[in-house]
This record gives sequence, C-alpha cells and structure tokens, in this order.
Amino acid sequence: MNHSDETLLDDADETVRVRLVVNGRKVACEVAPRETLVDCLRNSLELTGTHAGCEMGACGACLVQLDGRAVHSCLMFAVQADGAAINTIEGLSDSGLIADLQAEFHRRNALQCGFCTPGMLINAHELLSQVAQPSREEIRDALSGNYCRCTGYEAIVDAIDAVAKARSAGGGAT
Amino acid sequence: MIAPLTSLDRPNSYIGRSVPRPNAKRLLAGRGRYISDLKLPRMLHAAFLRSPHAHAKIAAINADEARALEGVHLVATGEDLAKICMPWTGTLDHFRGMTSAPQLPLPVDRVVWTGQAVVAVVAESRAIAEDALELIEVDYEDLPLVVDIDGAREVGGPVINSGSANNTCFHAQLDSGTVDVAFASAAHVVEEEFTFGRHTAVTLEPRAIVADYDPAAGTLTVHHATQTPYQFQDLYSRHYGIPEARVRVIATDIGGSFGMKLHVYHEDMAVVGLSILLGRPVKYVADRIESFVSDIHARDHRVHARMALDAKGEILAMDVLDLTAIGAFSTYPRTSVVEGNQVIRLIGAPYRFKNYRATLEVIFQNKVQTSQYRAVGHPIACAVAERLVDIAAAKLGLDPFAIRAQNVIADDAYPQTSPTGYRFEALSHQACLKRLHDIMDYDGLRAEQADLRKRGIYRGIGIATFVEITNPSPAFYGVGGARISSQDGAILSLTPSGEVRCLISVTEQGQGTEAIISQIVADQLGLAQEHVKVITGDTEVTPHGGATWACRGAGIGGETALQATRALKRNILEIAALILQEQSSALDIIDGHVVDAATRNQRMPVAEIARIAYFRSDTLPPGTQAQLTVSHHFAPQGYPFAFTNGIQGCSLEIDVETGFIRVLKHFIVEDCGRVINPMLVDEQLRGGIVQGLGAALFEECRYSDTGQLMNGSLADYLVPMPMEMPDIVIAHVETPTADTVLGAKGVGEAGTAAASACVLNAVNDALAPFDATINSVPITPTKVLKALKRF
Ligand code: FES
Ligand code: FES
Repeated sequence: MNHSDETLLDDADETVRVRLVVNGRKVACEVAPRETLVDCLRNSLELTGTHAGCEMGACGACLVQLDGRAVHSCLMFAVQADGAAINTIEGLSDSGLIADLQAEFHRRNALQCGFCTPGMLINAHELLSQVAQPSREEIRDALSGNYCRCTGYEAIVDAIDAVAKARSAGGGAT
Repeated sequence: MIAPLTSLDRPNSYIGRSVPRPNAKRLLAGRGRYISDLKLPRMLHAAFLRSPHAHAKIAAINADEARALEGVHLVATGEDLAKICMPWTGTLDHFRGMTSAPQLPLPVDRVVWTGQAVVAVVAESRAIAEDALELIEVDYEDLPLVVDIDGAREVGGPVINSGSANNTCFHAQLDSGTVDVAFASAAHVVEEEFTFGRHTAVTLEPRAIVADYDPAAGTLTVHHATQTPYQFQDLYSRHYGIPEARVRVIATDIGGSFGMKLHVYHEDMAVVGLSILLGRPVKYVADRIESFVSDIHARDHRVHARMALDAKGEILAMDVLDLTAIGAFSTYPRTSVVEGNQVIRLIGAPYRFKNYRATLEVIFQNKVQTSQYRAVGHPIACAVAERLVDIAAAKLGLDPFAIRAQNVIADDAYPQTSPTGYRFEALSHQACLKRLHDIMDYDGLRAEQADLRKRGIYRGIGIATFVEITNPSPAFYGVGGARISSQDGAILSLTPSGEVRCLISVTEQGQGTEAIISQIVADQLGLAQEHVKVITGDTEVTPHGGATWACRGAGIGGETALQATRALKRNILEIAALILQEQSSALDIIDGHVVDAATRNQRMPVAEIARIAYFRSDTLPPGTQAQLTVSHHFAPQGYPFAFTNGIQGCSLEIDVETGFIRVLKHFIVEDCGRVINPMLVDEQLRGGIVQGLGAALFEECRYSDTGQLMNGSLADYLVPMPMEMPDIVIAHVETPTADTVLGAKGVGEAGTAAASACVLNAVNDALAPFDATINSVPITPTKVLKALKRF
C-alpha cells in the first residue's frame, strides 16, 4: 500500500463526536468526517423516514429541517451539523405540526410509493410557514427541487393548496 | 332534488368509491419500511467495481490489497460466483430463433458495457467496501465495440454476441393481407422515419436487496425491492440449487418500480451468491450513478413506417420496419424482445385496416440492457401510427379528430381481431374521441391557437388514440417457457373477532393494490373496509402468483380476491344457517351482520359466528367443521389479454426563439372497464402521463461514441419536475370485460402509452406554419431549433 492510500484510509477511519438535538432530543454520535447528515440520520440514529434518492441535491428526498429551515441532508456532512437542532419527518409527525398536510395528502392520494413524501412534506411545511397563501404556480415553483416519479405532482399541489386555504380560513393551523 | 340511489349507496359498497389508501398513512409519517432501510444482525455491505470500458477483455484482476483491508470480508470475482451460480439466458421459446449469450453474476473474461459490475467487495460498511474498490486493479484489453444501431448491423463489423455470426438477437416478420397491392392502389401514401431515445425508470428509491443465507438451516431469505417476489423465489432457487420451499423472498415497501424492478440484475444475483459464500446477510443498495448505468433502459427504436390511404382518407395498409437496440444481452427471464414484439403488434391497433406488414430486428450493442418498462412498446407503436395519421390528415385537409373518427374501429363492431392477431373484446374509441373533443374544448383551443398565431405565439394541439395491453394470460410468458405466473392466489380468513385477513399474491408499489383489494373484499363480504387487513409481498406467507406487472393487479388480483371472498361468504353463511336454523340462501351479510336477505333484518353479528366456530364448535351440529379460511386461485381465461383503450390530448406552446416547449394542459379519456377506486385510477393516469411527458420532452440516456453514458446523474438526466408539468384533465368511459365478474381491466400504463405521441403531434402542429417537422423523441429545444433551421 502506498503512502497516500494509508492517509486516505486513516482519515476514513477517524471518527468525530457530534452533538445534535434531533426531534427535540439531545443525541451524540460518532461519525466519520466523510459521513453525510442523511447517512448519520438513517444509519446511526435509525431515523429512516429521511430518504436518499440522488445524494447530490437534485431530488429533495433527503430534506430535513435544520435550525428551522429545510436543508438537503445529503449535501451536508454530519460534522457540519454539530450543535444544530434537526427535525426529521418522524419528529414533525409526532409533533402534530404537519398533521393537516399529512391528512390532506392522504385524502387526495398525493403519494404513491411514498419515497419522495417525507421530503415533499418538509418542503410544503417550509413553504406554508413563509407564504400563507401561495398560488398554484408558487407551490409548483417551491416544489421544483422535489422529484416524484409516481404521482403527476398535481395531487400534491392540490393538497398543499387546500391546506393553505384551510389554514388561512381557520386563522392558521399552526 | 335527490339523486337516484346507485349501488354505491348500499352499505359497505366500496367498488367504485374513491377511498384513500389505508397504508398511505404509514408512508406519510415516515414509517415506510423500504428495503434500503433494513438492517439485520451481522449484516455486511456489498459494493461493485464497474467496468470503465464498453467492450474489453479482462486480462487480470489483482485484489490482494483490497482483501487485506481491515473490515473487508470478501472480494469475489466472476470465477468465484460462477462456481455456485448456474448461468442464465434471456431467451423465450416462442420467439423462434432468438439468441443471447449466457450470463453470470459477474463476468469471467469479458465486459460488454460501461458500468457492468466486475468485482464485488463485501465489507462491514458500504464506505469500507468502496475504499476497497479503489485498491483493486483490473487489466483490460480493449475490444472493438458497437455503439449504435447501424454499427451493430454492419456486415463484417465487430460481433459482440458471442457464439453467433452477427449481432442479431431476434428477427420477426408479420404479413397479413396484400400490402403491396394496397400501396400500389392507394391515393395517398405517407411515410416517415422515427427515432426514440433510450430512457430509464429513475425510480426514486434505487434498487435494493438484502440476501440472508443461513447455512445451518439451508435457507435463503431475500429482502428484495421487487414487484415479483415469486419469480425471484423460483430464480434464486434454481440458479443457486436451493429447494424452492427454502427460499423466501420478501418485498415490503418499494420506492417505485414501473417494470424496472422485475428483471434479473447481475448485482442482485451476485449479492445472493455473496451471502451464500459468507453465510451472512449482505446488503446492496444501488446509488444513483449505479442505477443509471445498470438499471434496464427502455425504448431505443428506429422505426420506418408507411401508411396507404384512399382518396377519402380511409386507411388501407401499413408497412413497418422496427429496429431496436437492446444492449449486450437480452434480459432474463422476460427477454428484451417483448418491447419490439409489442411495437409491431400494436401499431395501428385502434384502426380498421387489414393489410399490415411489419419487420422487427432486435440488435445487440455495447450498452446496458433494455427491457420492459411501463407501457412496454406502447409509446412507440402509438407515436408511429398517430403521427402518420396526422400527416395523412394534413395531406388530405382533414381535421385530426375527423380522420380518426373515420378510421377507428366502431364501438359496436366488436369482437374484432387486429391484422396482427390481437383479439379485442370490446373497445370504445368512438365514445372516447367524442369525450375528448368535449373536455378539451377543442374548437375553443383551435380558435385561440389561430388568434395567438397572428401575434407570433405558437401553440400546438395534439391528440393520440391508443390501445393498451393488460391482464396478460399464460400466452404472454408461459408459452415461451418462462416460469412467470399468470394466475394469482388469495387466502382469506375470518378472524375470531369477525375481521378478515387477506393474503394475496399481487404486490403493492404505491399504486394502491392493497387498498383496492380491501375494497373488493369488504364490498363482497359486507364488512367495513377497516376490518379487512391485506398482506402482500412475502412468498412464505402469501400464495404463489404473478404479482404486479403488465397491469394485472386489479383485473387478475382483484378478481382473485372477489372470488375468494365469495367462497368465504358462502362458508360463513353456511355456519350462520346452521346456528339460525335457516337456509343459507335466505341470508346475507351487511355491515358485519348476518341479515335476512329479503328483509335485511339483522340476525347475528359475523363476529358471533366466528366466536362460536373457533371457541364453541361443540355447540355446532355434529359433523360440522367450520371452514373460515379459504384459498382461491384465478387465472385469466377467455381473451388472452384484456385490451383497454383511450385517447389523450395535449395543448402546448413553443418558444420559437429558444426552442423551449411548455405543456399547458394535458387531457385523457380512458376506458379501463370497471373502475374500483376512481381516485387511484386518476392518480395512475396522472403519474403515467407525467412519465410519458418525461420521455417526450426530456429523458434520454446519452452515450458517447465510445459507449460511455454521459448523463448518469439527476443533474444531467432531466426528469419531469413539478414546475414543468401541466394539470391533467381526466374523463372515463367504462366498458367492463365480460371475462370476469369484476369486469376490471388494467390502467397503469395508459398514461404513458400515448403521451409521447400526443406531444409529438402537438409540437408538429405548433411548427406547421414554419413547414418544420420533428419525428424523434425526446423533443429537446435543440431539435426544435434544428427543425426551425435556427441552430
Ligand atoms: S438525496 Fe438529497 S437531494 Fe436527492
Ligand atoms: S410517490 Fe413515489 S416518488 Fe413520489
């Protein structure tokens, strides 16, 4: 084995302790510097609701909330998230914050295989927390980084639109 | 005013009702259980070293350093796996003369496409396995390669199909009627050459598998993200010599499949072998680049077609040559010939003409295999016929609707046999044409188009009629010797609490199989849907069956469930009759209660019957053995396929400066027979159309001259995203099949079948003022600008 290989492998072996608040709970994990946040969430923390579809920021399957904003967990190393508060689909579900979105997606069958769905919901949640009444065009635009192979997107747009209207009518569900 | 009561107003009537899918709640909460989520004790991870060459001899492999790396458990080459795995050959007997070289999990002497897996590493983590890959050296010696269709057909060119004199996989000829005479006497002949690019499924969850061989028990359990667990149970058993009953394939949640996840992949076969070699669970999940270079691709056809018409625009004959390039092997076990075969048999299927001739040539090349993907062959058959019909209409000065109305087989003229031998039970082209005309507001769109054109805005309107193949019988694969079931099975049990458990062989990939099966069971048994639990996707639990492919979930799976439920209901009512001292024919079940069939008066809860049968059988008359579990199998009979039909319309706008196309609205009228859940049908159509629009406008696997895939990532390979996709208007015509009680046909491929054709016609319509035409998909901005001679 030549010298550069050895350095490479030593670096790969080394782990770093990162501390996070995930879904409201303090956690610490040992991660390799090259490990992405999505891998850490899925493998170390066993939060498999966050999915990986492309690992390059193109599909949106890996979106999570980091310090209140939707981020691609595939584009971030776990070490970069040290100290951050992260909400995954599991936490958002349990909190009831997106219950109306989930119910509307269900009612309209705005999902098929469900693989894109956690990312879609996190993006929809982010959109509605910033724009109370987005137009259909704005909804489609906001989702333009979320790939879904199964649905035709329309039911997803309909569901988000309906929730936006219901939240405004009811004085906001959140 | 009160609307008249329909069958939907009965209690527990679920057939025809838009109820949400019970299992979707899990997925919405992030509680899906995909194979990529699975973690087993002692599980190891596989990664593959892939060929950088499209065609090369493997001279030597040096993997010593990789083997020595800490955390690596096994490095396996083609030779290692060849010792335990029987090779496979992707041919079917009924495609006479078809050839394809035998395949092994990993190659032993030659690589035949860029990205082919060559060496496998199994390690404690995927990252370590990938580190080890970097330490492996393979000496390749380049071999001459064939990349395009013409190169592959050149006489004297390189032959990549070992053991054969040329690169032909299959050749077929259809000839019915007097085609030459018809062309000679025709008033009009239209002719065109079409090309269809390669594209691929791009399921959001890539392929995933965990193989777990237990040497002590001699059992193999494979958790496999597949549509067809039974097919893989059979294949793993036979190719690794493990008795079938000791092989279990479990397919839980699948992140999209679309036909792509029912083929044998080299890596998947290898992972099973690696687990056998190690006696431990081994996991492999393809990453996105691996998906692009190793998932099957589809289409890749060049079609030359002619159509003869009389002076009034009556279609007289068609003459077709389809060249299709399938990669280096034919896939197993369904072969790569099915698509071309379907293209030549489906061309012109909606129309009345009788004189038809077609030649199919299926050709090998140094690329990854192509094979069955959603709407196999349909988009090509549809685009060829529908484009020629439009060209003819323009030539004759007819409207696209008028020429179709004149030529489609009349709705009252069934049964009919196509010139290619397909037997149609009952289709509804005329009704669909009329509906589409209405829902599009066709006249309004035309007026608007004319108006806008004056202002330099170029809109196009396209329509395309289609026939879809669903519910295949044994005539599809069985006759060719493939061990692929055309029947499905269900096991239904009444639980002691009066609920129902239904184990069924059709599988769920998000299209809603479990939901519609529970609707059918609840409907037929008179129970609430939430009291029915449907279990799919485990060969050890569910009965053997074909599972979900070629749109057979509702038509075949649904009928299986219906008949099984009726059998269970008979048994329940027999016990009820004994308890109530009544004729069972005088009883029925409504809302979970046994009732008098005539008066609907409640007699006793079904749960009470279950309680008595399970816990107090001593109170039943002597000799009574309650049969509260029934099993039932159903194979389609009658027509070999349940053909469906429909028509799509598209309105789009072309920016003639940039070549960009914006789809404004898409329309579909579709007839899938009995609709079980209208919402799920509509969502199948929408999803299918969007896949078809992707193929029409964006998606293409582009190769370099040296056979390198140049766009193997989601940044380079364009897929339809929400912003580019239109809203889709849907209408239905219902012509149930008389071959089953349920009357349902398939619907999953209808959307994809005609989308390309529709867009192609709409684009050409928009370009008409410029005298520019396009006859290849995907229709990229570059192609538009080239057609406009602006590039
Ligand atoms: S996996 Fe992160 S965007 Fe696709
Ligand atoms: S539901 Fe399958 S990818 Fe969106």
